[in-house]
Amino acid sequence: MSSSGWAKAWPALPALVLLFAFFLYPLLRMLSFSVETGNLDWYAKALGEGLYLQVFWNTFQIALIVTGVCLLLGYPLGFLIATTTPGWATLGFIFVLLPLWTSVLVRTYAWMVLLGRNGVFNRLLLDAGIVSDPLPLLHNFTGVLIGMVHVLLPYMVLPVYGAVRRVDPAIVAAAAGLGASNVRIFWRIYLPLTLNGIFAGSVIVFVLSLGFFITPALLGGGRVMMIAVLIEQEVRQTLNWPFAAALSAVLLAFTFAVYALAQRFTRVEAQP
Amino acid sequence: MSRRALILACTLIYSFLMLPLLVVFPISLSSAPYMQFPPPGWSWQWYERFVDDPQWIDATWRSLYIGVATAAFALALGVPLSFSLVRARFWGRVVVDRLALAPIIVPTIILSVGVYGLFAKLKLIGAWYGLVVVHTMLALPFVVLVMTAGLRDFDQALEQAAEGLGASRTRTLWRITLPLLRPSLVSAGLLAFISSFDELVVALFLAGPNMTLPKKMFDNILMEIDPTIAAVSVMQILLVAIVLVLIGRFGRGLSGSAR
Amino acid sequence: MAAPSADLRIEGVSKRFGEVLALDGVALDITSGELLTILGPSGSGKTTLLKVVAGFEKADSGSVRIDGAEVTALPPARRDIGMVFQNYALFPHLTVAGNVAFPLEMRNIGRAEIDRRVSEALALVELAGYDRRLPKQLSGGQQQRVALARAIVFKPRLLLLDEPFGALDRKLRETMQLEVRRLQRRLGLTTIFITHDQEEALVLSDRIAVMNKGTIQQVAGTTEIYERPANDFVADFVGESNIFHGTMTAPGVVNLEGGRRLSVNSTTQPGARVGVLMRPERFGGGTNSFAGEVKEAVYLGASFKLRLACDDGLELIVRQSARGALPIPGTRVSVGIDPESIHVF
Repeated sequence: MSSSGWAKAWPALPALVLLFAFFLYPLLRMLSFSVETGNLDWYAKALGEGLYLQVFWNTFQIALIVTGVCLLLGYPLGFLIATTTPGWATLGFIFVLLPLWTSVLVRTYAWMVLLGRNGVFNRLLLDAGIVSDPLPLLHNFTGVLIGMVHVLLPYMVLPVYGAVRRVDPAIVAAAAGLGASNVRIFWRIYLPLTLNGIFAGSVIVFVLSLGFFITPALLGGGRVMMIAVLIEQEVRQTLNWPFAAALSAVLLAFTFAVYALAQRFTRVEAQP
Repeated sequence: MSRRALILACTLIYSFLMLPLLVVFPISLSSAPYMQFPPPGWSWQWYERFVDDPQWIDATWRSLYIGVATAAFALALGVPLSFSLVRARFWGRVVVDRLALAPIIVPTIILSVGVYGLFAKLKLIGAWYGLVVVHTMLALPFVVLVMTAGLRDFDQALEQAAEGLGASRTRTLWRITLPLLRPSLVSAGLLAFISSFDELVVALFLAGPNMTLPKKMFDNILMEIDPTIAAVSVMQILLVAIVLVLIGRFGRGLSGSAR
Repeated sequence: MAAPSADLRIEGVSKRFGEVLALDGVALDITSGELLTILGPSGSGKTTLLKVVAGFEKADSGSVRIDGAEVTALPPARRDIGMVFQNYALFPHLTVAGNVAFPLEMRNIGRAEIDRRVSEALALVELAGYDRRLPKQLSGGQQQRVALARAIVFKPRLLLLDEPFGALDRKLRETMQLEVRRLQRRLGLTTIFITHDQEEALVLSDRIAVMNKGTIQQVAGTTEIYERPANDFVADFVGESNIFHGTMTAPGVVNLEGGRRLSVNSTTQPGARVGVLMRPERFGGGTNSFAGEVKEAVYLGASFKLRLACDDGLELIVRQSARGALPIPGTRVSVGIDPESIHVF
């Protein structure tokens, strides 16, 4: 490693200039609008009025549920990819990464096609005579939940995969050699040794959920209000910048608080 | 056997993951004038409509060159940054590290609103290069994550060997370091491109009347769900698939690129 | 391919990493055409010293001169030193020929000349015909040879080898040791060899410099190092040894701590505190006799290795040529050693 500190630090400079000019500065500038009046009235409104408090609470609830569902679906997937043969693992990865890198918009649109009143699911259910009226799957909580889980699931799979891979196969072999069944090996060895991955994945999914915009905007159809959607409305429809700034500040503070809290427990890397 | 149950469960989860990607294929080839499933017949009309509509083509080109410019800038800034982060020991390194990754932690909506306010003042709304600047920042964390991982695995003895054998710092960089980091560079560049090509939220605020492809799609979804958008989706999915194949072939392994 | 060989003078080199003093005023002279081994345990500073010579580390103080010319401030690229790294450091994206040609290309030598010298160097390490392979397609020993060819192809003034055989198995290591020795003699190339393996040092070297804790303990020829180590550390690190301490009571007589009296062949002044070294294989018959009980006995093929608890309280490691049955623990034996075989330091 280097003994010459600053000499090797200068290549970071151009990127830092950009980050300061177009990331930190506009953020702080915008956040400063919220206290332009010299008092905390806008914060009082954001956190005091039941309507807005409800949006925060909604956002928090959705994020929590999305995280739980992602964990439930993501763990088996990450576990399988990590413990299968290299060939299958590659295939398994492709089918996780393909959705991950496909535009959120494309996926959201596809869910509209699938879940709509005349969508694929309802068509199939009606044709099969299972239901007589189309199920309301879109423009409600269910739709948002499905869409968000779909977008965020890969972020859970990857850390879990990493954690399972780090489990020393010798330990597993030793346990099996001592007569432990597959189920017991899972509960006694894999699960405790992969708590880190579970934790990392959960934090990432939770934090990303908090700021979600596209999916609730399109699949919620205005009926599921999340904080990011509210911020967008305040800026583009109401043009109430100070209030949008206050909402942003609260969301940002909450996001950082979750990260800080997570880092106290373990080193969580931000994994896209 | 519990393993079998696991495989069954994962098959279902995979179906859930892949279903939305697959469903747009038949829709895009439908002969019906509106969204209908199953399609009553087949036709290429939605692809033709895409190709014939200058707005769609325009938006596609704009997204492509914004994506390429973003990838170029993100690499130009992110690669040197990664070198500093991995190899230099300087005061504030941890802060810089956090700052470089912050754009993916801060909710994009907040960043967009902030930049929107600034760009409105600077009269940069609707300028494609304004979008490149912000997309570059959003792509920077991907470049930094991939490149720092690549650099940590890089055996610095190779650079010492090259220098010992008479290569200057510059020649060592071009002949040894960068060629050996090529897989990471490929992955980082492609991820930066895709992240920009798919980006909607920032574009929603900054693109103004000049549509990027995602913004055009967003408006379309809000207005009328006509299957042209399914055709566009299919093309996007295929593009991502091609990029993933390229990463798998020339980049730093799939799992490596994912972190 | 007779290389122009240089001599090397290291003076007062110190290097500190934070709290650790890695090199503490090291001075060392290496003459032209010599193979000198720096031998020491890990953490002794030997690799740091090599890096200072090669230019990868800057010394805090002191100087390095090659052929009288100061190189202390020169970057590695301008020192003209060939180096073989611990893990070879072959460039994985270049072929064997590409690797060996690299230093020549860096010196802007013409293509034809490069090709000629590359094939010459590859022939020298017996790898003719391997030029198109990639390093990962070669065995460990072959990779080692490529690294060697690459380090000598540009006729460096000095060759540095940093524990080059650590990754090879025993048999291959021995072959490579002899090969390096042969090549070095043939080229007359001044060479510094770093190792922690004392046997390897004895096989290869003209002279050995033993290092510990950042200082050079002794520099001497191989027999000198083995037979007449300068201090406890050298005696203990090189070969098996029985080391005791005592006082010279009369010319040729040492009183060991614990009372045992030994007659030795030494001119050290009476009254001096001394160390006494007896190599295990030097026991047999002799004027200084020890009687005791076998505590442990190990069969080593050519010899037995015995741990004796002597009646006078000393504990000895003794080697005997393997004849007859291996003594079982509890057996009483007596051994002796000549004054000439005892080294006093």
